[in-house]
Amino acid sequence: MSLPDFMMIIASSAGLSLLVWLVISVVLLYMARKPAHEAILSASKILFYALRLFSSSVLLAEKRLKQRNKEVLLSAGKEAKERIIEREFERIDAFVKKDLSRFPTLQREVMDSVTKLDEDYQKSTEIPPAPPGWTKAIEPIAAIPPSEDSMVAEILKSIKEALDKGQEKALDAYRRSSENRHKYLKNMVPTLRHINKSVDDLDKNVQTLLERSSTVDRHMDEYKEINHKTDRAAQMLSSSSMTQFFIAGFVLAIAIGGAFINFNLISRPMQEMVGGSVYMMGFKVADIAALVIILVEISMGLFLMESLRITRLFPIIGALDDKIRVRMMITSFVFLFLLASVEAGLAYMRELLSADDAALVAGLLGGVATENVDASARWITTAAQMGMGFILPFALTFIAIPLESFIHSTRTVFGVVTVAFLRFFALSLRFIGNLSRYAGKSLVNVYDLIIFFPLWIESLVLGEKTPKAQKVKLNELKVVEKEPSETVVKKRATRKTAAKKVLNKNEEKIEDKIEEKDKV
Amino acid sequence: MKSYILALLLIIGFSACSTGPHKAHNRGVYMLIDTSGTYTKELDKAQQIINYTLSQLQSGDSFVVASIDTGSFSEKDIIAKVSFSDRPSQANQQKRAFQQKVKQYIKGVKSSAYTDITGGILLATEYLNERDTRKKTIMIFSDMKQELKKGYKRDIPLKLEGFEVIALNVTKLRSDNIDPREYMDRIKLWKGKVEKGEGKWEVINDLERLDQIIKE
Repeated sequence: MSLPDFMMIIASSAGLSLLVWLVISVVLLYMARKPAHEAILSASKILFYALRLFSSSVLLAEKRLKQRNKEVLLSAGKEAKERIIEREFERIDAFVKKDLSRFPTLQREVMDSVTKLDEDYQKSTEIPPAPPGWTKAIEPIAAIPPSEDSMVAEILKSIKEALDKGQEKALDAYRRSSENRHKYLKNMVPTLRHINKSVDDLDKNVQTLLERSSTVDRHMDEYKEINHKTDRAAQMLSSSSMTQFFIAGFVLAIAIGGAFINFNLISRPMQEMVGGSVYMMGFKVADIAALVIILVEISMGLFLMESLRITRLFPIIGALDDKIRVRMMITSFVFLFLLASVEAGLAYMRELLSADDAALVAGLLGGVATENVDASARWITTAAQMGMGFILPFALTFIAIPLESFIHSTRTVFGVVTVAFLRFFALSLRFIGNLSRYAGKSLVNVYDLIIFFPLWIESLVLGEKTPKAQKVKLNELKVVEKEPSETVVKKRATRKTAAKKVLNKNEEKIEDKIEEKDKV
Repeated sequence: MKSYILALLLIIGFSACSTGPHKAHNRGVYMLIDTSGTYTKELDKAQQIINYTLSQLQSGDSFVVASIDTGSFSEKDIIAKVSFSDRPSQANQQKRAFQQKVKQYIKGVKSSAYTDITGGILLATEYLNERDTRKKTIMIFSDMKQELKKGYKRDIPLKLEGFEVIALNVTKLRSDNIDPREYMDRIKLWKGKVEKGEGKWEVINDLERLDQIIKE
């Protein structure tokens, strides 16, 4: 080991020189002990308070952000709930208009049926046939005792025949009337069935209406909770947003897969249109053109969905006059249809180019490739590619729905993540602050450890002095070692005004409170 | 103010577009075929390599096939050259025509007495530098034994910065079999020349490896 020349106090021995330097350093450190302790403690304190202040600011920001998140969440939830309730009422309105508007007709039908039933019933009642009047008149004649007079016998016989005929006629009449009554009763059966069906339908409609009304009630209850800004409502909306975020994200990922396939379908033939070796910002222009076509298709799909009022990403479209909205819807659809047709054409062209490439490669590499390919089945891939080219743009239209959910839920998720990050950041700052404070105290102890030898001599020397003076000095030293900053503050306080004294006391109180909090 | 911003954005947008279709995104491949002595028997392999290279090149790329003979630093030695069209279908037609041209040349090739490899490389660097392609590859289909006719000066330092020089099918000569050091010295000599000219040197005798080079 060698020391630099300027450190070689004793030229012959580096060890001795080092020892002398060590002694000088320890003596200097001992002499600077008090200001050094103060400097270390004040530096750690500054760091502690600065970090604590920073942490408090971050916590405050976190609190504000949390509040803001809640407001945004409730506002979005309120809007969504209003939309749902509005839709429910629209459905009820449509239902009432469609199904219950038939109620008066139905009622009339039922009343008519009942009247008819009543009439039929009246008609079907059994009226006992009146006994013929002349039977009573011939009763005395019939009571004449039989005699041998042929004249009388003849008369009686003819009377009997007349009676028999009369009875037969009456029986026939009775049978006919019974038949008629049965007919009436038979006619009542379909009417009864009709009534039964009508009443059933009515019952079903009323049940549906009741179910819808209970749904509206449920939504109204939730709406009330949102209006009251309860924590439960916020929590419910937050978890709902999280779910929406992940589901919409998943569906969007699938849609991106679809868009990627679509891109591959048209990027190759695009080279025929815009050139295969033209670049823009490091990307092939053909690829950019293909991407632009897909993005335009998605935009058209968004406008279509907006015009249909399925999504509400652009409130201005939703607020348009119905006539203009319908026109916009038709225009978007026409554009989408044309682009889909263009894509189908490009997909066909891609197939032609692929076939040409395959033929070229086969020709260049010795015709191996063509031998194993059945060209007759090529139309299947051509048709499939064309079909995909035509269908995918329409399928991509539905991106608008998950996109809307994703955008709305992203705000909530981002807010929640930011709040969590801020909280973690604040806690980290607090932790580092506390660490710096205790590190300062530890450094003071380490400082004393380095100069332990002069301190030991000091204690020996002081030990020989008067016990009172020594005790006072030792106590002072202990106080300095324990809380040097406090003693400094007390010493300075003697020179300050009364107001400053109060301030210092307050500071001490705050410090004590902080310490208590830290312990907790 | 808004119109100024719009104009500025448009200028930035247009400036981002490349000025030409071939600039800094295409490949240039220059293939030198040794037609000296008995090496003409190997030309079938050369045709296979040419065909393979043709199948791998894209729109905007350039491809030249030139022969190595007594004096190779001449445009007369260029057998076929092409810069592929932007349209892939047209590029395919060009590839077919190129293949036919090379096929006809190989059918009627006559062997030369001397082998001027350096002249061929000089012509290749000149051509590819002129084309200003992003990737410049010189493929040398030869046994790499240079034999110059009396009076031909070829002790010229090569400038091959940004070039990749690939020696293909470097066959072992009869003398190499007797003393393999000759073969090794030959390879070492060319490697030294190329690397001195700041080029990248590679030897591919197994032609199946060629696909990696072309695809890269």
